Amino acid sequence: MLDLRQYNCLGEALRASLDRWPDQVCLIEADRERETVRLTYRQFQQAALPLARALQGAGFEDGSRAAILMTNQSKWLISAYAIFFSGGVLVPLDYKLSAHEQLALLAHAKAEAVIIEYHLWRAITESPEFGKLRARTVLVTEAPASVDLSGAKRWEEFHDSRQPRFVARQRHDPACIVYSSGTTGRPKGCVLTHENYLEQCIALTSVYPFWPGVRYLSILPTNHAIDFMVGFIGPFVCGATVVHLRTLRPEYIREAFSRYQITYMTLVPAILKALEQNLRKRFADLPAPRQRLLNGLIAVNRLLTRTRPRVGISRALLKQVHSAFGGQLRALFVGGAFTEPSTLQFFYDLGIPVANAYGCTEAGTAITVNDLKPFRADTVGKPLPGTEIKLLNVGDDGIGQVAVRGKTVMSQYLDDPELTAETIVDGWLRTGDLGRIDSHGHLQLFGRVKNMVVTEEGKNVYPEEIEAAFEGLPVKEACVFAANYVWHERKMTGEQLVLVIHPADSQQITEALVRQISSCNRRLLNYKRVGGYLIWERDFPRTASLKIKRRELAAQIGDKLGREQVAPL
Amino acid sequence: MKSLEQTTEEILRLAAEHFNVPREQLGPADDFFTKLGINSLQALDLLTRLEQHFGIELPDYELQGVSDFRALAERIQSRL
Repeated sequence: MLDLRQYNCLGEALRASLDRWPDQVCLIEADRERETVRLTYRQFQQAALPLARALQGAGFEDGSRAAILMTNQSKWLISAYAIFFSGGVLVPLDYKLSAHEQLALLAHAKAEAVIIEYHLWRAITESPEFGKLRARTVLVTEAPASVDLSGAKRWEEFHDSRQPRFVARQRHDPACIVYSSGTTGRPKGCVLTHENYLEQCIALTSVYPFWPGVRYLSILPTNHAIDFMVGFIGPFVCGATVVHLRTLRPEYIREAFSRYQITYMTLVPAILKALEQNLRKRFADLPAPRQRLLNGLIAVNRLLTRTRPRVGISRALLKQVHSAFGGQLRALFVGGAFTEPSTLQFFYDLGIPVANAYGCTEAGTAITVNDLKPFRADTVGKPLPGTEIKLLNVGDDGIGQVAVRGKTVMSQYLDDPELTAETIVDGWLRTGDLGRIDSHGHLQLFGRVKNMVVTEEGKNVYPEEIEAAFEGLPVKEACVFAANYVWHERKMTGEQLVLVIHPADSQQITEALVRQISSCNRRLLNYKRVGGYLIWERDFPRTASLKIKRRELAAQIGDKLGREQVAPL
Repeated sequence: MKSLEQTTEEILRLAAEHFNVPREQLGPADDFFTKLGINSLQALDLLTRLEQHFGIELPDYELQGVSDFRALAERIQSRL
C-alpha cells in the first residue's frame, strides 16, 4: 500500500494510487447478474478528471462543498475523487432519507454542488421545499433523455477535456462533512479532516490489510463512514478492487461472492443475522448423516482455530460452506450497531472470521476492532493503533462512559461550537456508550448514557428528531425518549423509542387518540417509529426558554413508572 | 394493458399470499412495512415475487422512499 504518512490530503493519496496501479482493476459495478462497469485505475482517472475540470469551470474551488446523494455505484467514487482533486469538501448524504430531510441537510451544509441520482432528484423537485435549494450546480446521473431536470445538468454530459488544476489541501483542512444524525432541529455534521481519514486508514489497514488482488464487496451505503473507508479509501490506496452491487437481494449477493471471488465485505448486524438464519436452516435441512459430519468438521475447525484464524485449513475442512462464499473470503466486517456474540461465534466456527468493530462517525469510523488474535465474540476488540480509550465515571462494576482520543477524532460539529464543546472535552470525545475494559485491553459494551437508539441496521435515531411527527396531538404536552435513557438497562440490542404524553386535566385516553398517535407514527420512516406510549400525569420540567429538561424528566419518569407501563403501538 | 387499479389489486393479493395475511386487511394506502410488519430484506423478497408475476425488473435503487402499495403499483405500472 501507499505510505500515507507522505501525503497531506485524500486527493494526493488517491492521485498517487491511480498513478501507481494504472492497469489494476479498481472498480466493478454489477446490476444483478449483469456487469455494467469495469474500470482500471487509469480509466477511473480518465473518467474523473474531465468531471473535475467541468466542476472547476462552474466555479467549484478550494474548500467548496459538494454533496453526493447516490446509491452505491461507480459514479459515486468517480465524483468523490473529482471533488477531492479540486480541493473540495465532500458531503456524503444518506440516500434513504426523505427529500425533506435531504433538503434540510443540503441547506445546513451549504452545499454549492449536488451530485445526485435521477430518482432521488425527482423526489427532491417534487418536495414543497424544493425552492429552498441553493446549490449552484446540480448534476443528475442516469436521467432519462426526454425529461426536464428543473435546472440541473446531466452528469454524463458534464465534462471538459482540458487538464484540471490539482488543488492540494492541508492535513487539518476538512475533507468531509458527515451527518451522524440530526435531520431536523439540530443537525450533527461531523467535520472530518484529511488527517482523520489518512490516520484511520493507516490504522485499519495495519490490522486488516488490503493489496492488489483483494476484492471488496460494497453493499453498505458509501455515504456511511464505514463503507467510505473500507469500500473506497482503504482499497484504493492499496491497489485493491471495489465491487459495487446495485441490489441487496440475497440471491445476487451470493452470486457476486462466487463470480468476483470476494475477499472482504462489510455488513450491518441485521444482514449478518439473516445470513446466519439462512445457513442454519440449510444445515438443518441436511440428511442426518451429513449433519453429523458437518458438526464434526465444525468442531475440528473450532479446535484448530482456537488461537488464530487459519484460512487454508478452514477452507479445506468446510469446503462446501466456503465455496458458497466464493472460496476466497478472508473476513466479514460488521459494524454500525451491536452484534450478538452467538452470531459472531457461529461464523468464526465455520472459518469465516467476523471482524467486529466499534466506532462512531465522530471518531472517524472505527475506535476498536477485533484483531482475531485470538478471536473474542464477547468484546468489540481493542483500540486501533494510535487511538486511546478511557472510561469516565466508572462504577463499582468497572463500567463507565467510553471516551476516545486520537488523530481520527473529528475536529468539530459544523457550526455548532456548543455541541462540540459538550462532546469533545480536553481532547477526549465522549461517545455516550457504556463500556468496560478487560485485563487484555478488550472493550465490552453495555448500553448507552445518551438519549438515542441505534437500530440493527446501524441507524442512529435521536428522539428529538422525531418529535415533530407528533406535533398537534390533542394533549397538553408530549415528547419522545429512548427507553434505555429512562430505564437504564445494560444492553445494546432491542432498543426502543417511547412517546410520553401528558394529557390535559381530566382528559381520557380514547381509542381515537391512540389511533391518531398510530397515524402520526406511521408518517415516520419505519426505523424511526416509536414502539409504544406512556401516560405521564405531571408537567414536564422546562428551562426558562421553555425547552424540556429531558434528563430531569427521564429521571422523574424512571423513578415513578416502570417500563411495563409502556403501551405498545 | 392493465389499469392502475388492476395492478394495485394484484399487488395486494400477492402481498397477502406471500406473507399469509387476509387480503381484506390490506389497502392501497397502507405502508407495507408497518401493515405487514416486515423489514427491508423481506420487502425485497416481495419485490422479487412481484417481478416474477408482472414479468418486469424493478431496480432496488429506484424504489428508495417507496413504502405504500399505491406508490409501488405506480412504479410497476410505468414498466408494464
